[in-house]
Amino acid sequence: MSELTHLTLAQARDALRSKKISATELTKAHLNAMEKARLLNCYITETPELALDQARQSDARLAEGNAGPLEGLPIGVKDLYCTKGVRTTAASRILDHFTPTYESTVSSNLMRDGAISLGKLNLDEFAMGSSNETSAFGPVVSPWRRRSDPEAKIVPGGSSGGSSAAVAAHLCLAATATDTGGSIRQPAAFTGTVGIKPTYGRCSRWGIVAFASSLDQAGPITRTVRDAAIMLRSMAGHDAKDTTSVDLPVSDYEKAVGQSVKGRRIGVPKEYRIEGMSPEILQFWDQGVAWLKDAGAEIVEISLPHTKYALPTYYIIAPAEASSNLARYDGVRYGLREAGRDIADMYEKTRAKGFGSEVRRRIMIGTYVLSAGYYDAYYVRAQKVRSLIKQDFDLAFAAGVDAVLTPATPSTAFAQGEQGSNDPVEMYLNDVFTVTVNMAGLPGIAVPGGCAANGLPLGLQLIGRPFEEETLFALASAIEQAAPKIEYPKPWWA
Amino acid sequence: MSQKASAKYLKGATGDWEIVIGMEIHAQVTSQAKLFSGASAEYGGAPNDHVSLVDAAMPGMLPVINEECVRQAVRTGLGLEAQINLRSIFDRKNYFYPDLPQGYQISQFKHPIVGEGMVIVDVSPTERISVGIERLHLEQDAGKSMHDLSPTESHVDLNRSGVALMEIVSKPDMRSAEEARAYVSKLRTILRYIGSCDGNMEQGSLRADVNVSVRRPGEKLGTRCEIKNVNSIRFIGQAIEVEARRQIGILEDGGVIAQETRLFDPGKGETRSMRSKEEAHDYRYFPDPDLLPLEFDQAYVDGLKAQLPELPDAKRARFIEQYGLPPYDAGVLVMERASADFFEQTAKGRDAKLAANWVINELFGRLNKEGLDVAQSPVSAAALGAIVDLISSNVISGKIAKDLFEIVWSEGGDPAEIVAARGMKQVTDTSAIEAAVDAVIAANPDKVEQAKAKPTMLGWFVGQVMKQTGGKANPQAVNDLLKRKLDV
Repeated sequence: MSELTHLTLAQARDALRSKKISATELTKAHLNAMEKARLLNCYITETPELALDQARQSDARLAEGNAGPLEGLPIGVKDLYCTKGVRTTAASRILDHFTPTYESTVSSNLMRDGAISLGKLNLDEFAMGSSNETSAFGPVVSPWRRRSDPEAKIVPGGSSGGSSAAVAAHLCLAATATDTGGSIRQPAAFTGTVGIKPTYGRCSRWGIVAFASSLDQAGPITRTVRDAAIMLRSMAGHDAKDTTSVDLPVSDYEKAVGQSVKGRRIGVPKEYRIEGMSPEILQFWDQGVAWLKDAGAEIVEISLPHTKYALPTYYIIAPAEASSNLARYDGVRYGLREAGRDIADMYEKTRAKGFGSEVRRRIMIGTYVLSAGYYDAYYVRAQKVRSLIKQDFDLAFAAGVDAVLTPATPSTAFAQGEQGSNDPVEMYLNDVFTVTVNMAGLPGIAVPGGCAANGLPLGLQLIGRPFEEETLFALASAIEQAAPKIEYPKPWWA
Repeated sequence: MSQKASAKYLKGATGDWEIVIGMEIHAQVTSQAKLFSGASAEYGGAPNDHVSLVDAAMPGMLPVINEECVRQAVRTGLGLEAQINLRSIFDRKNYFYPDLPQGYQISQFKHPIVGEGMVIVDVSPTERISVGIERLHLEQDAGKSMHDLSPTESHVDLNRSGVALMEIVSKPDMRSAEEARAYVSKLRTILRYIGSCDGNMEQGSLRADVNVSVRRPGEKLGTRCEIKNVNSIRFIGQAIEVEARRQIGILEDGGVIAQETRLFDPGKGETRSMRSKEEAHDYRYFPDPDLLPLEFDQAYVDGLKAQLPELPDAKRARFIEQYGLPPYDAGVLVMERASADFFEQTAKGRDAKLAANWVINELFGRLNKEGLDVAQSPVSAAALGAIVDLISSNVISGKIAKDLFEIVWSEGGDPAEIVAARGMKQVTDTSAIEAAVDAVIAANPDKVEQAKAKPTMLGWFVGQVMKQTGGKANPQAVNDLLKRKLDV
């Protein structure tokens, strides 16, 4: 059965359509793999009965020739997406046993197209983290192991660490994820998977637990560029329930995969050569440049002068919005409630117990930067810098650049406990190459490019013009073709 | 416009004081649905009946602006002759309270939908003032906390949570409780004309936060206190009076006013402290990232302007001009759009001044007494017009007309038919009157003699003739005949 889980999403789709396999056997293969992989802690909630029930319905539709674009394809859903009748946790204690009566727009788009949900994937609490270590349901273990010390538990990145690990470990064909400062691209880079954060407004945010509303965006994590294109086509689209979603037609992204990139202009930003970057990452970046050049793209050096302010600015805006977005978790209407002497005491006890330390830290930072006397110095200035960051990209694109190539992360994955335990900023630095993209609302894709000397994967990032995801799929597939094929780890956990 | 300021000063123990009043009015927008959700905005319903996922702030829910509320805010702004801002921004006002599910209220802080405007207020038949409008913005109402349903628990009803409010902020342009009452009353009239708020203060559709300070005439503004959530025009007046007296008392005793928020207790006739400036919340306002800036073009505003109904000031001016009404009568008639319409239907093709008298004195007087509004009047405009016609054509006297009005009020029916059927017609036939006059003269020779000496006796003869004719004789004709026959 294991070869079924090793199909790509596209291969599985074609095999289902040609009736070589059934949705039920494909689903069972994945459920079986999930059962053996509990050590990795990818799923917070597994929904085997629901999955098998959906698989039966998919088989019936496939038999009738009435199949949707994703008919019968088992996927995992990040547990930040509200799912009707299925517990949704945001990896936090504060939601307790919260079971939504509604389905997020993006997950319901996927179900509409025939996808089967295997369960809810682990993440950093409220998507706040870069290693999946802040989850109230325990960290996710990456299927990848370091050559030097194979016993060390490697992190899958975050916040979509359950998604990236489950895809890399073949525990689903694809997964939904979300990205506020790099939460799709960084875990994809850490696990040798593909992750795209589309343009802000491309996917509806309705029904996804909010972290930072002006930055949050849904996207997929998959094993191939083609699979990402297939997933995004179903996930994207205008939604009247989210006024920040954009009413533009959704292209058939799959058609862009494998398209020639000849003559495409690729900008290489000099400011991304940050101090202390390992020579291995720099070399890998140069390799990416060479691959695209070989594929016929034109390479130009560009300047994005405000890059160095992106991370500090991000850590003002994102916590500010989060401090307000998370105010609704107050113990009054749903989720955890800790009894108190009075209402203020109840709030304090509930929120102290319900939120983990990283979430509390960000709520406090956010409350601080919005408070009277500090608002102008922090929040207002951060918004101004944000405009400048966006302007940097606008100027590069106006000068004819089609996409920007950068490393996805400043390092390969690390082991649990290795980063951020003494200084949270150390962990925040993981997002240094990815946050600019959220700040500017642009699409960004992480694509694997091989492995480092330590045996762990490395990812490149391509940043595109607003709503030109097709360009990213074409360029990413050129890299995918040129790069050494990713050999996902053998299931040492099973 | 006159501002007889000196008459408005309050006398303190040490001299005159001037009250300075500004108001924030919260007016519930008339719309089917809430400001950012599709749930019903209707008053009432079982607790938590009108609550959507958005109103309950379930995880992942997003606000979507209700265009009807935007339309109503713009129309109201136009009615206040105010600047309409083509771009405005919704902000989050952050604070924790159980009846505020999101943990923030969506409001407009730095960039409201409506800017400066003005309201003309008739304080009395002889005094008009103009009150500046600082701004109008849209915001969500909160739910309702109930602390008296259980000894150990509080209950929350979210039916009102998310209902659209317009907060209308005045400039500190009022100088007496009377002016403040007249301002709220006028604002309410404008809102009801436009149809953007029903103005129902009992149901909380219109609530006022009143800012009061006092100063020596001519001096700079004193420290103000804000009296929260006053929910009737009468209480607004009372609250201002007692708060001004309290502040004067403190100042005259050499004290200082602490800036604070206070509550008015109508039962005890006092205001008391709710929270001081130090305890004031830090609301951490910032633009709501879930909502794009609210933008529309001038053509949209112009379109709404073209469709606005005639507003009370314009109507009042027209009534004075077109019908020759005294300004005070015109002012009374335009207070409610329905009243003005009733008057115009009654007056159509008739003596407008007479019609206005009947509408104001008889009809409104009676409606007030019965606690009815004009829409519930048992006497229709057509019937009242018919009564006016019967008076104008001398068919009935003013006195008979009052009886007729009573009959139409309680029994209904066509006034002309009632007059005919019940023989209420005024006798203008001089031969019939003459017979009665002759009979009275013949029966009272002694009185005739007296009358010749003392012409004021004529009144007695008039009374006798009226008695004989059952009150239906035209009094003027009786008078004329008697004068001639008695030669007085």
